[in-house]
Amino acid sequence: MKQIQLKQVSKSFGDLQVIPPLDLDIEDGEFVVFVGPSGCGKSTLLRLIAGLEDVTSGQVVINGEDATAIPPARRGLAMVFQSYALYPHMSVRKNIAFPLRMAGLDRSEQERRVEEAAKVLNLTEYLERRPGQLSGGQRQRVAIGRAIVREPRAFLFDEPLSNLDAALRVGMRLEISELHKRLSTTMIYVTHDQVEAMTMADKIVVLQNGVIEQVGSPLELYRSPQNTFVASFIGSPRMNLLHGAEAAAHSSHTIGIRPEHIAISDNSGDWEGVVGLSEHLGSDTFFHINCPAFAEPLTVRASGELDLSYGSTVFLTPDLAHLHRFDERGLRLR
Amino acid sequence: MARAATTRQKTITSVIAWTVAIIIFFPILWILVLSFKSEGDAISTPLQVLTSAWTFESYAVVQDRSDYFKHFSNSVIIAVGSTLLGILVAVPAAWSMAFVPSKRTRGILMWMLSTKMLPAVGVLYPIYLLFIELGILDSRLGLVIVLMLINLPIIVWMLYTYFREIPVEILEAARMDGAGMRAELLYVLTPMAVPGIASTILLNVILAWNEAFWTLNLTAAKAAPLTAFIASYSSPEGLFFAKLSAASVMAIAPILVMGWFSQKQLVRGLTFGAVK
Repeated sequence: MKQIQLKQVSKSFGDLQVIPPLDLDIEDGEFVVFVGPSGCGKSTLLRLIAGLEDVTSGQVVINGEDATAIPPARRGLAMVFQSYALYPHMSVRKNIAFPLRMAGLDRSEQERRVEEAAKVLNLTEYLERRPGQLSGGQRQRVAIGRAIVREPRAFLFDEPLSNLDAALRVGMRLEISELHKRLSTTMIYVTHDQVEAMTMADKIVVLQNGVIEQVGSPLELYRSPQNTFVASFIGSPRMNLLHGAEAAAHSSHTIGIRPEHIAISDNSGDWEGVVGLSEHLGSDTFFHINCPAFAEPLTVRASGELDLSYGSTVFLTPDLAHLHRFDERGLRLR
Repeated sequence: MARAATTRQKTITSVIAWTVAIIIFFPILWILVLSFKSEGDAISTPLQVLTSAWTFESYAVVQDRSDYFKHFSNSVIIAVGSTLLGILVAVPAAWSMAFVPSKRTRGILMWMLSTKMLPAVGVLYPIYLLFIELGILDSRLGLVIVLMLINLPIIVWMLYTYFREIPVEILEAARMDGAGMRAELLYVLTPMAVPGIASTILLNVILAWNEAFWTLNLTAAKAAPLTAFIASYSSPEGLFFAKLSAASVMAIAPILVMGWFSQKQLVRGLTFGAVK
């Protein structure tokens, strides 16, 4: 069932159009991630769904009902903000209970649901504290608690992990994914981090300059990016995009090959190159190889065991089964 | 050597600071001294004033002749009433200007402030006639309204400054949590702005308490606050110095005491937002 639909939705701030008219369907229970570089309009799109911004034209449909003119308070959506946006003058208990209080639930029911949410999120012992007395991770959990207590139609997350340190981020990523598995409520998640997008999403929406570049499952985007933007945005390290004679040999304007789809050898191969910088991650090593045939160095993934010294000559062979071809507009060639 | 220089510098700055402070405080001190003297002694040379006998005579006469407590309660009602009414009007106004600004918000704020630059006497006549027409001349209600209007620009400006410091995301979170506008203002914005609202109230109570132009011109007997009480002892002829001083002390003492106790709050409020 389509739960949230955007029909020809656009947004302008004054004369500046940040989102040209676009369509998007979000299925019930799906985990959808909006991803793109900063300023691509992903947060604005989320705020249009939330109702925190008015659409300039088009329709926002929630559960089959036109919600375009419905204020955010009555859309039945819950949102977790980047800054957590907790109420500083209320205890954790009151913060989590606030949406229930607004919904007019009776005291005992509020109490029961807050305790339940606190247990799930390991916040029970912090219920009487103020947000100012909590760590970043705990604040984030309170924000999530405030979102889950009211059992919303869908959750909206606006870069919720970007204020946390790296270790905590991985932990919270798993917690949010688990939450989704357990609640199976629709979640819309905005991030600029393609790793978050790849690991959490059922469906990724890649945005650039307010335009949807591609919609698909993480592996669809990884395996068959529709254009060079998606090709280079999804995957880490990024795909090697090559132009010139080598691309023409495959009858295309640009060819793309991921670092993991290039074999490296010290005696024979298609392309000859010189080893530049290498990044050792332990399990893998990424080599930057300068090939005279290409303007930019190629990134190649090799096993962590392989040790190549700076300046030595190597040979590269791309795996043709995983070669991506693009035309002069950057669109994928079949 | 360095230490000696610092000590000397400290002494010099202390002397300057004390001199300035005493010059500023002197009129109030002198009023206080005169209020405890007889009328005859009050107009003698300064040296004689200080050495002459102390007496409560003026206070007794003032309380006897005019009812201090009636004026006092009028002052309280007018100052507190106009401030609270102003807050009630200004909170939603400042909210909308701080959180849903339009292209003209800045202009509206400047226009509101510009009304404070108008000489009050310029609108005395129309307001006086309006008050007669409405039958609220010499009434506490009339003064509450007029002082509220006079101070409204300041109240709105102060609240606007405080509200600007509140992250808009918190209000948006409240909206997402199902709070309507009333709930958002009542349960989220106002509690978060309590320090700002408190200092706004304090400052405006003081301004309204001390306001003399409108209170003198729009009252006669019934609604006369302490400003009128002081003024009734100011006369070009006759011996009223000691009584005028006593009346002044009685009028400013309550607000001075209140200001003294709320000093910290007041300073914090006035410098709020000035230092990022």
